[in-house]
Amino acid sequence: MTGAYWERLWPSLRAAFCLGVIVFLISPMVIVAIVSFSSAPFLTFPPPGLSLQWYRKLSSSSVWLDAMATSATIMLPSATVATVAGTAAAVGLVRGRIPGAGLIASLIMAPMIVPVIITAAAMLGVFRAWGLQGTRTGLILAHTTLAIPYVVFTVLAAMRLVDDRLESAALTLGATRWRAFWRVTFPLILPAVLSGMLFAMVISFDELVVSIFLSSPTVRPVTVQMWSDVRGDVDPTIAAIGALLLAFSVCALLLETVLTRQRARPLVAETAGTAPKIGPKIGPKIGPKIGPGIDSRTGRRTDPGTGKRTGPGAPR
Amino acid sequence: MNDRRDARAWLVLPAILIVGVLFVYPVAWLLARSVSEPVVGLQNFKQLIETPVYLKVLWNTIVISGSVTLLCVLLGYPLAYSMAHAGDRLRRLFIFVVLVPFWSSILVRTFAWMVLLQQKGLINKTLVDYLGLIDKPLTLIYNRTGVLIGMSHILLPFMVLPLYSVLTRIEPDLAKAAASLGAPPHRNFLRIYLPLSLPGLVAGSVLVFVIGLGYYITPALLGGPGDAMIAQLIEMQIADFGNWGLAGALAVILLLGTTATFLLVSRSLIGVR
Repeated sequence: MTGAYWERLWPSLRAAFCLGVIVFLISPMVIVAIVSFSSAPFLTFPPPGLSLQWYRKLSSSSVWLDAMATSATIMLPSATVATVAGTAAAVGLVRGRIPGAGLIASLIMAPMIVPVIITAAAMLGVFRAWGLQGTRTGLILAHTTLAIPYVVFTVLAAMRLVDDRLESAALTLGATRWRAFWRVTFPLILPAVLSGMLFAMVISFDELVVSIFLSSPTVRPVTVQMWSDVRGDVDPTIAAIGALLLAFSVCALLLETVLTRQRARPLVAETAGTAPKIGPKIGPKIGPKIGPGIDSRTGRRTDPGTGKRTGPGAPR
Repeated sequence: MNDRRDARAWLVLPAILIVGVLFVYPVAWLLARSVSEPVVGLQNFKQLIETPVYLKVLWNTIVISGSVTLLCVLLGYPLAYSMAHAGDRLRRLFIFVVLVPFWSSILVRTFAWMVLLQQKGLINKTLVDYLGLIDKPLTLIYNRTGVLIGMSHILLPFMVLPLYSVLTRIEPDLAKAAASLGAPPHRNFLRIYLPLSLPGLVAGSVLVFVIGLGYYITPALLGGPGDAMIAQLIEMQIADFGNWGLAGALAVILLLGTTATFLLVSRSLIGVR
């Protein structure tokens, strides 16, 4: 009797527990957002009233504005370099037929796995000797290194789904190597490349440990400024800056969700399936048109049933 | 055709150069300090083993990371289970809810816990003023409790996501078959579901444990003097004492611990399959 009773009660118990865990996961973020609009002169929750005073204080504080500018000028170059180098590496790893590619991949991924405190200490030691400690260049280089694995990881997954015979087809039709990649493969992996870039931007913007070690009073990113304030006098300005950081992350995540949905479409089977239809079209127009032609089709059709045997690379 | 294909291998070069020069070389340099500074020899490791304070920090690191892993299993398993068995819409919401903290700054999240857990924070206010359950506010911050709460919150997504991906692949018919043969739900869970979910559970636990070992920010902000972990010790050796030899030795130990856990478990995972 009690057994059956428990059985009926169990699902609602589980639901209640899960709700609790979700509240645990989300509430800290919500609370930072609420506190940032507090009208109280000190950090308290719930706030007695709402105001924009902390954001106003933030926008008139040269310290925080400098820190934001520093973060942005570190994030943009490092995310760009990481995206370019990471994408190139992913293409090379999948297409290069490199002996020991697995080993090379794990070498490039190492900054993602090694505890960041080790990376931070190691970079401090070596960058100091190179005169890079406390400079913007040093931080840009460090963040680039930290972000590359995430770009490689994301783009690798997408590259594995792209059929190399598509590029071969473009080549036999007279496209140059570069053009074949740029017009055929690149559009297909673009969502993954953009995801990787988002990752790189978030990593640079939120990075703290390495930045603590490599920053100086003149070059101080937002997170490091926040770190030194959190350990001293905590006022709601920090909540405002925290809320801004959170908003940045949530926007990035929303964008990434959109990109993932685009990326999830299986490319190999579908492009193979459309092959007979593009075939006659490419003839007169040559290479460049292949990219968009295939691209517009891959998105809409889901027909994994069609085999790879009729792929466009077959003539080779 | 063949040599053309090989030409694309060169695309790997920029990334290898960046990671090699800016990461691999510095890390090798740091690890080498452990046996070369101040003089060549194993004196740094000897000093580590002979100093009770340092041993205490190593022990703390293992205990804190282990407790956080356990907490994440307890919190994460039911959540991952519900995610795997929810409808499409609810599932997407669940995933989003797990990913938001995953993507947001560790510092901001730790700061949020400072606001929540402090003496006059929301939790104490609720317990003392609103509910009147206790007379005096609990000490939830600058001690072990604070570290465990903060770290579990930050590492929970690393448990839930791999576990969830394994749970979605468990054949629901198996549970039905067991039920039709008369297995009561708890036995069904223990004998069928739990063993099948083990790879996900192990993967999540390893991730949480290993990432936890190297944690710096959260224990530094939420912990007390007795909760220092290895990362804080490394920072202290460098920033306060300039003792690169000892910092290098600690880095060697942390890296060995991390790799050993990974290797140990990847082997046992193969065994499970």
